[in-house]
Amino acid sequence: MSACLDIANLSAVLPNGQRVLRSVSLSVQPGEVRALVGESGAGKTMIGKAVLGVLPSSVRIVEGDMLLEGEDLGRLQPKARRTLIGARTALIPQDPLTALNPSRRIGPQMTDRLVRILGWSGEKADTRIRQLLDEVQIRDPERVLKSYPHELSGGMRQRVLIAAAFAAKPRLIVADEPTTALDVTVQKQILRLIAALQREHGTAILFVTHDLGVVAKISQKVSVLYSGKVVEEAETAALFAAPQHPYTRALMAATPRYTDPFASLKPVDEAVLAGLATEIAAADHAWGRPHG
Amino acid sequence: MDKSSRRGRSPRLWLAGGWLLLALLAAIFAPLVAPQDPLAQDLMLERLPPFWLDGAEPGYWLGTDSLGRDLLSRLIFGGRIAFIVAFAAAIAACLVGSTLGLFAGYFGGWVDRIISRIVDIWMAFPPVLFAILLVAVLGTGLGSVILAIAIIDWTRFCRVIRAEAMGQSRMDYVENARIAGYGRIGIMLREVLPNVVPSIVALLSLEMGIAVIVEAILSFVNLSISTDDPTWGGIIAEGRLSIHQAWWVLVFPLITLILTVLSFSQFGEALKARFDPVLR
Ligand SMILES: Nc1ncnc2c1ncn2[C@@H]1O[C@H](COP(=O)(O)OP(=O)(O)O)[C@@H](O)[C@H]1O
Ligand SMILES: [Mg+2]
Repeated sequence: MSACLDIANLSAVLPNGQRVLRSVSLSVQPGEVRALVGESGAGKTMIGKAVLGVLPSSVRIVEGDMLLEGEDLGRLQPKARRTLIGARTALIPQDPLTALNPSRRIGPQMTDRLVRILGWSGEKADTRIRQLLDEVQIRDPERVLKSYPHELSGGMRQRVLIAAAFAAKPRLIVADEPTTALDVTVQKQILRLIAALQREHGTAILFVTHDLGVVAKISQKVSVLYSGKVVEEAETAALFAAPQHPYTRALMAATPRYTDPFASLKPVDEAVLAGLATEIAAADHAWGRPHG
Repeated sequence: MDKSSRRGRSPRLWLAGGWLLLALLAAIFAPLVAPQDPLAQDLMLERLPPFWLDGAEPGYWLGTDSLGRDLLSRLIFGGRIAFIVAFAAAIAACLVGSTLGLFAGYFGGWVDRIISRIVDIWMAFPPVLFAILLVAVLGTGLGSVILAIAIIDWTRFCRVIRAEAMGQSRMDYVENARIAGYGRIGIMLREVLPNVVPSIVALLSLEMGIAVIVEAILSFVNLSISTDDPTWGGIIAEGRLSIHQAWWVLVFPLITLILTVLSFSQFGEALKARFDPVLR
């Protein structure tokens, strides 16, 4: 059985030649949650955008393959690629405010895609949306469907977006830090909802986060990204039991614990950073192009 | 959110809208509303003062000009041309400018470069001179005045709508629509356009006011419509000549013009605030 998503040796550069992705390989099996963890600026969002076909125009893919359920995205015509991505994937975005159109009511925004893109009947789309709103525990769907985005709280908006993502029956969801913009109390609820819906629907998720605590809670596999390079990949349980790469260990040491809140202030060790720099320089040298 | 209380706190919408409605209705029903024939000259009635001054005649509320024509009636009939020009020119400028602006802002790249270049070149001409030149070339008459204003002022719409569409195109919901598989034009119409409509409405109203002024200026320099039909600019031009004998012939059309132009711009701003779902 082929992987839901298979990325092999994906490299991308900026116009100045700087590499933002360095031979990234990762795969997500059907029904599995793969966490992609790394510090801000590591290139997590870039990987998500590359998969979904919405990279900024300044970022150019220079090597590598992306297979979505066995179909090579690079070989498809743009229109066929768009159709495939539209039918098989969905995004749960980082900022639930800007991800909804402020001048359109929630209801039409949610059903529109099912009707226009997937060709469902209005009735079927409506039933599906209501079912999903129920699954994300929205108790007053009538009011929410009639609301404009700004009339809902951040948590409610994210519920709406989660419902919208699962409604289209995608095979793969890219969740890009879906809880980062929310209040701490709401974060837990949203995370639990995503986990519950993922199990229920069996959807594969590429879950982008900078938070190892979230990784532990939601994923079965994890890739650790540093400066556009995957430095470690493992089963989540194995990674926490025995992290192999010094950078992973440093990240773990930097993750705050309730017993020791000041641990979060500990920076990544100088020696580790020096090691990483060497590793990346070596990789770039092997690739045959200077960076930075 | 209580919309009725919000409505109560928006007096400028109702003041500006009220004046425009009054002026528009008067213009539409001018033959019924005007107390006198706007073209009828009567040398016995020349330079009658407005009603509260000594020597005023009943039925000539705002006085008469140096040919004895009733000023109020001339203002009411002059409103007809002012409103026709305002609506036609503003809508034409809006359609052309907003469409080009939307394409430039949303598509970016070479589409944007070409359109923005044209706008830059266009705006290098001083607008009033441009208008006078155009009317001189196109010939006087209602159609060429409307055309001249539209030809000059579409750039205002284009610039503003381009900037807004550009901001919109960077929004996450536009990216979401692309991921979902919507086509470019579909996204432009469904995701971008609704968010720039409030600005289009405000600009449209502002442009109507500007069209009224430009028409008045063209009439003032005698480049507008035929000289028989009263126009606000024409009345102002005549009033200027008799300022010392009959100040009202200059002052009342000026007040009418200023009130109308201000009302258009205020009405547009107030409508924008009303249209905007986030401010609503
Ligand atoms: N639109 C863009 N154009 C060029 N470079 C970008 C753009 N957005 C982000 N970058 C750069 O790409 C790198 C990866 O960014 P990103 O994927 O957003 O990181 P992350 O999501 O892990 O925080 C960063 O160095 C960032 O500066
Ligand atoms: Mg990011």
